[in-house]
Amino acid sequence: MKIIVCIKQVPDTTEVKINPETGTLIRTGVPSILNPYDHFALESALDLKKKHPGFSVTVISMGPPQAKAVVQLALALGADEGVLLSDAAFAGSDTWATSYALSMAIKKIGKADIIMCGMQAIDGDTAQVGPGIAQQLGLPQVTFCEHMEIEGKTIIAERHIDGGSETVELRAPALFTMIMPKDHPQAYPSFTQIYSASKKKFHVWSAQDVEAQSHYLGLKGSPTQVSKIYPPKKETETQVFNLSAAAAAEKIVEIMKKEGFIK
Amino acid sequence: MLEISAKCIGCTKCVAVCPFGALSMSGKKAVVNMSACTLCGACVQVCPVEAISIKRDTASKDFSAYKGVWVFVELEDSEDLSAEGPVRKVSFELLSEGRKIADALKEELCAVVLAGKNRNYERELGEYGADKVYFCENPEFTVYNTDIYSAAVCALINKHKPSVVLFGATVKGRDLAPRIASALYVGLTADCTALSVRDGLLVQSRPAFGGNIMADILSPNSRPQMATVRPNVMKVSPAQSGRIAILVREDLKIDKNMRRVKVLRRKIDRGSGSMKIENANIIVSGGRGMKTKEKFKLIEELASVLGAAVGASRAAVDLGFKEKSHQVGQSGVTVSPRLYMAFGISGAVQHLVGMKNSDIVIAVNKDPNAMIFGAAKYAFVADAHQVLPKLSELLAKGLKRG
Repeated sequence: MKIIVCIKQVPDTTEVKINPETGTLIRTGVPSILNPYDHFALESALDLKKKHPGFSVTVISMGPPQAKAVVQLALALGADEGVLLSDAAFAGSDTWATSYALSMAIKKIGKADIIMCGMQAIDGDTAQVGPGIAQQLGLPQVTFCEHMEIEGKTIIAERHIDGGSETVELRAPALFTMIMPKDHPQAYPSFTQIYSASKKKFHVWSAQDVEAQSHYLGLKGSPTQVSKIYPPKKETETQVFNLSAAAAAEKIVEIMKKEGFIK
Repeated sequence: MLEISAKCIGCTKCVAVCPFGALSMSGKKAVVNMSACTLCGACVQVCPVEAISIKRDTASKDFSAYKGVWVFVELEDSEDLSAEGPVRKVSFELLSEGRKIADALKEELCAVVLAGKNRNYERELGEYGADKVYFCENPEFTVYNTDIYSAAVCALINKHKPSVVLFGATVKGRDLAPRIASALYVGLTADCTALSVRDGLLVQSRPAFGGNIMADILSPNSRPQMATVRPNVMKVSPAQSGRIAILVREDLKIDKNMRRVKVLRRKIDRGSGSMKIENANIIVSGGRGMKTKEKFKLIEELASVLGAAVGASRAAVDLGFKEKSHQVGQSGVTVSPRLYMAFGISGAVQHLVGMKNSDIVIAVNKDPNAMIFGAAKYAFVADAHQVLPKLSELLAKGLKRG
């Protein structure tokens, strides 16, 4: 089986801070990382490959030239082939246009049995690109998936639902968006792995290479538009205490008594 | 295209704020490298002289045929795959909010129900503001299926042409809505925390960039304007007893073979073991500032003394301090306890949107500029590692005595 994993390079949003005076983002020095959900999707794909000899894993990322770093990371971790979809024509794409561009690239890679995406990216949190790709390619989808077993063309998958879980059955080809189960260990490639990655197939494709039509791409092709960006508004009056730890603990107990949480 | 006009005064603010290093100074003016620019708009926001603009295509179309605000009504999943659960609370939240949007647009509010059997939905949904219920009855709807639901809702949209369609940002809503938006080539905004109407357009507000900023999103050039809305954020209006919606039965042909994903079994978690944070009165929550999984135990100790639930920020979950099910925020759970105690949580907006409906927030953080303080009634600039054990000790003593 041929597995394609869609990955994204994202700013580590946990490192982003706000300038309290201007209300703008301080993004200097914020590192770029492989979206953690995609990282889990990639590891799930590599696990399947380990279990089933003959499976192959291709990774694809859409982004600026520097997004090459996450594709190379994926190759070092064990993916067989990497594609970077990069073109100024993609800039400003919303989830619709991104799904379209990625689906065109997946068509060009061809013959995918399983497509895996992270459930969402931590910079946008939309979870819309995976289902968007499935729709564009006319494939069935299993979103919020945690685990899958494959036998022949039949796939049994465990997925999260609100308040519980579901076991579903389907046949390949299909698209899966992966949630991140608890305590997901980060994997880092060894020097040898990084070296071997440099010998793997890596392609950079433009919009034209994947035959994506320009009027469906970028800002022009995106049905949603950002009209305004602003700092979140403050709603609570805050009382600030600069106290030693011991005094702070006593004050908290006092507040909890006053507010009626303890006697 | 990002354009920098002659108004540029060379202040370099945009260069510093660009997350992708696409801006630089050439002479005394800012210049953009379009191959690195993603048109994120951060520079537009900081420019003091409005010299930077993003050029968009503004094709205007006639959307006068599109009328009506729709709410996709979600039913509870059940372990029995032949049974349909009651209407989920999020649907009442959407109807209450949708009513305001419909009134502002002077349009009807319609509920869309796909189910195996009608259970007086025209009464139940009418009481929460629906003028009409589009009801499709078919046994194939009892167990949710992406393809079948997507085909049905697309067919209804194409037939009746609503101007707005709202979904809960639940697992089901987030599975279904992007599929429909992709098929219809219309705008969809994920996980909105506020909605309003401006110049006849739906303004969809949501936290962006990991929740550190808010963004207002519009879908001016396509209809319907679609959004998924975060559960537990919108307030449910009181039911108007006796108000009945018009029931419009829709006969849709559903091909059984469309069901490509079959549900074999379903498991619904029942509140056992550790307390669920969704329903907790008091939540003790820890963030990145707890530093290690070992130190995070201080949070759990305090929670156990208070009989409270344990919460965690996304950073704490990503670092493996606590399981994902305890994550409060945008990509975790939205909570509204009577008391929320935040220790070592910086307070990214993605976290704040998940807990800002708490009655009282007490926050402890070493950083006097921590964002969490903005959401707190009581802010303590102190080291959580030192405060926590003292607090647990004091409370344990006090509770034993009391």
